[in-house]
Amino acid sequence: MKMPNLEHPAYPAATLLHLESLVPCRESQVSMLLSIFGERQQFSFPSIFIYGHTSSGKTYVMQTLLNTLKLPHVFVNCVEYFTSRLLLEEILIQLQSCCSEAEQTSHVPCDSFNDFVRLFKQAVGSQELQDQTLYIVLDRAEQLREMEANILPAFLRLQELTDRNVTVVLLSEIVWELFRPNTGCFEPFTLYFPDYSIGHLQKILSQSHPPEYSADFYAAYINILLGVFYMVCRDLKELQHLAVLNFSKYCEPVVNGEANERDTRKLWKNIEPHLKKAMQTVYLREISSSQWERLQRDDGEPGQLKGLSAHTHVELPYYSKFLLIAAYLASYNPVRTDKRFFLKHHGKIRKTNFMKKHEKTSNHLLGPKPFPLDRLLAILYSIVDNRVAPTANIFSQITSLVTLQLLSVVGHNDQLDGPRYKCTVSLDFIRAIARYEHGSASVKTERAQTANEYR
Amino acid sequence: MSTCSVSKGCFVFKPSPKKRRVSQKTANYFGERKNGSDDAELRFATCQSLWNQIKSETEQIQEDLNKQLLDNLVSFLRQSHSEFRERTAEWNCRMKTREIPTAALILGVNVTDHDLTFRSLSEVLQNNITPYIALLEAKDCPGIKNLMQKLMGQLMNCYVDVDSLEDEDYVQVSQSRIRCSMTSLINWYESVTKKKDSETPSKKQTTSSRHLQSPPVVVIFKDMESFTTKVLQDFVVISSQHIRELPLVLIFGIATSPMIIHSLLPHSVSSLLCIELFQSLSCKEHLSTIIDKLLLTTQLPFKLGEKVLQVLINIFLYHDFSVQNFIKGFQLCVVEHFYSQPLSVLCCQLADAKKRVNSLSHDQCENIRRLPSFRRYVERQVSEKQITLLTEDNFLKETVQKLLEDLHVYHENYVSVLRCLHVFTSSLPKYPLGKQIRELHCACLENRVWETEEYESSLQLARKYLVPADHKTLHEIVYFNTASVLREHLNAAPRIALHTALNNPYCYLKNQALKSDGGNISNKAPDICIAYKLHLECGRLINLVDWLEAFSTVVVSAERPNADVPSSDQVDDIIHARFIRAVSELELLGFIKPSKQKTDHVARLTWGGC
Repeated sequence: MKMPNLEHPAYPAATLLHLESLVPCRESQVSMLLSIFGERQQFSFPSIFIYGHTSSGKTYVMQTLLNTLKLPHVFVNCVEYFTSRLLLEEILIQLQSCCSEAEQTSHVPCDSFNDFVRLFKQAVGSQELQDQTLYIVLDRAEQLREMEANILPAFLRLQELTDRNVTVVLLSEIVWELFRPNTGCFEPFTLYFPDYSIGHLQKILSQSHPPEYSADFYAAYINILLGVFYMVCRDLKELQHLAVLNFSKYCEPVVNGEANERDTRKLWKNIEPHLKKAMQTVYLREISSSQWERLQRDDGEPGQLKGLSAHTHVELPYYSKFLLIAAYLASYNPVRTDKRFFLKHHGKIRKTNFMKKHEKTSNHLLGPKPFPLDRLLAILYSIVDNRVAPTANIFSQITSLVTLQLLSVVGHNDQLDGPRYKCTVSLDFIRAIARYEHGSASVKTERAQTANEYR
Repeated sequence: MSTCSVSKGCFVFKPSPKKRRVSQKTANYFGERKNGSDDAELRFATCQSLWNQIKSETEQIQEDLNKQLLDNLVSFLRQSHSEFRERTAEWNCRMKTREIPTAALILGVNVTDHDLTFRSLSEVLQNNITPYIALLEAKDCPGIKNLMQKLMGQLMNCYVDVDSLEDEDYVQVSQSRIRCSMTSLINWYESVTKKKDSETPSKKQTTSSRHLQSPPVVVIFKDMESFTTKVLQDFVVISSQHIRELPLVLIFGIATSPMIIHSLLPHSVSSLLCIELFQSLSCKEHLSTIIDKLLLTTQLPFKLGEKVLQVLINIFLYHDFSVQNFIKGFQLCVVEHFYSQPLSVLCCQLADAKKRVNSLSHDQCENIRRLPSFRRYVERQVSEKQITLLTEDNFLKETVQKLLEDLHVYHENYVSVLRCLHVFTSSLPKYPLGKQIRELHCACLENRVWETEEYESSLQLARKYLVPADHKTLHEIVYFNTASVLREHLNAAPRIALHTALNNPYCYLKNQALKSDGGNISNKAPDICIAYKLHLECGRLINLVDWLEAFSTVVVSAERPNADVPSSDQVDDIIHARFIRAVSELELLGFIKPSKQKTDHVARLTWGGC
């Protein structure tokens, strides 16, 4: 029998070996956690803070560890239980069902942490849990910061507050320093889960090969997959997903009898361009995975299917277009230049002193600036060739553009006196709109825009 | 009840129209202007039936146009969770991330029209796919909590008490309170689907055959752009955790472009979705179909004149892209025509019109004689016939019947010839007579199309059949051509109206004393008008003391023309109070606001001064 790398006097070697096989590439973290946990009845560290990037195995490792060793625990996602009340009640509900099989106790509302401590003591006190450490795992713990200020510090010292054998484990993608309240709190034990290396990814992904193909064949495929995608994506879940989506294409030559499982070169030639296409389409969610699979099945070209970003053009009513162009000009041109661009007899302006020094940096880098409604309308009247009456329809179009998020209101939107707006669309968007309004987008617009670009 | 108003204020909500007996009252309005001799009731009835016909026609068009889109969506929803239902054991399905099926529905920027589309969408879904549909609007979902509340309330089909603040984590479901969380939703879903299965098949055959076995739960985000990133992200993350227990399908209603999804959701969240794109018909094409079916047809006796049609099309193309508004404008034309034109009683199917001619009163006959087109017709006749036409009602009626027939034939020919001409000209380079048939139609209504410069080919056909309608006798009966009325109602200009009211109160008050020759301030005008006129002469910042003095001078000269002008520091208390009231009214109307730049000054918010 193989000796496990994990060692712990409290658990049988077979269990540890099984656990080890379930958590590849995370052995050292698991062993660290095991030593902190100690034996079942021993008090552990009051709170543990585990952090690491997306899909570095935090949730998975904690779940596997607690389930395999059959440790009593409660597992709650803080995004899902978005208020402190829902969160506390969920913990109590799970606690009830995890201690007694025949629970069905009536649900008790829990309004504050004080109530929680009382109810928690009741729930734990009546059970055989007293001689075992109870683990409360709070996933996506960064959400705790959004709740009442006492929640996070109280969870950190729950052991002390309840005087029970309990350990709170916080899982998060951000570092502890961003949690620490100004007023100070109990410092948890922090543990870092590093990113999986390419070797780790290769090892983990290869483990779950389809039953009808050999492990080596699948490992070779994963190797090619990582070669293409590792540069852009290190998310284990996403890679797993991509691996499954494209595997049938990899197998195609083998299924058709054109190659055998060892013809790595042939297989590579077949799959590599396909994966590159996948990177530009399905990986970016330009097209959906089901559309990708359908294309693969029908042997279609991904070119036939237009991705999301192919549909950038927005069709707008005539005056909405001009309003948007006017808003863009108002957002990116300094007020002083309006006279020069939009007035017929603006007089001479000496070129040398025209631009102030700080204005010479591109305005596009600085982002849009707010402008008052009157300026927007003044520019609009100037760039539209025919006379525009300030009708209710024009004003309601401004509101529509705000609803569509093409403009945004600066400040409080209930402010009726002198509202200020910002234009939120890009130069490319404006160019596309201006182009469609062929000819009518007057020379002034062009001039003002070009002046802007070359700045 | 809610309003879309931008300002705070008092809003009147009228009781639902069912309770009021509309028709009788409205019919009275039709007759109230003149005595009973102009067939008011019959006109009203004709108007009603015509409008009903138009309404059902437009609804049918809308339905036909949406059919393709809805069919696609239905088949998408059918497939959405099928793979996981059928082949759960396969390696493929076990290993793949289970994404939330999402339909991105591009609807165009005419947000007002979306409601109708969503209504027919949920109807179709309810009939074919699933009874579990929730429609969410951004204004109801400022936070994830509100979103969950709305969602659960709509799905569990119950009353949600949003106002009871202390219990806002709960949803009231028929007396029992349910925790506002995904777990409750999943429990609910399990219970309703289980209940369905256990029911005797014979009893619920119809629903179970229409709906899938475990029907998806469809959540529609009506206005994707307005949702906050946080709410959407949280909701997607939460639901993707439970996608195995709760088969959710999302529908994003998008007005601009699908890129909004990527700008609202980061890759880590959008990668939880399986997004497919669905595009509704462009609103311009929709309009073309409406015009084609409503205007370029002989089915409807009512016609739009060139100017009116141009106003409606301009509002559509220049301002709102809204087909619904176009139809509303069309409705206004119908009502206005039947209301203002007594002879519109003849604006019905030809056979009916002929019958109605016989029963016309003498007054109505006189109305016909007054029609400009009829007068032109009379002038072209020989003198004996002229006299009989103008004196004998019976002879007039016979002639009118003939003329109506002519008009009908003209319309029949007009439509077919117009379509022919359109086929010819739409393939010409640069589209000299327009790309769309509506442009050609407008051109023909406006002028003799064969005389226009663009029309250079030798199509004699048009000369014979495409005569502008206002050259035809009796065209006034079926054509509505009062564009100014329409413009006034549909393209209101609040700023101009306010300015007119304050600058020239005579325009609205019709008080002879207020009649001024422009320019100078009439001292008999209401206080606010005087204050307004004075403020027009100021710059960006207005000194209140100066303003008060000027105001007092004007007012005093009106009341005591002979008295001496009092010195500046002795303004009458009452005049002072009146001034304060006028200024605060101007502030309320948004012309001025208090300024912090200078004490005792207010800032102008409108033109001038800047």
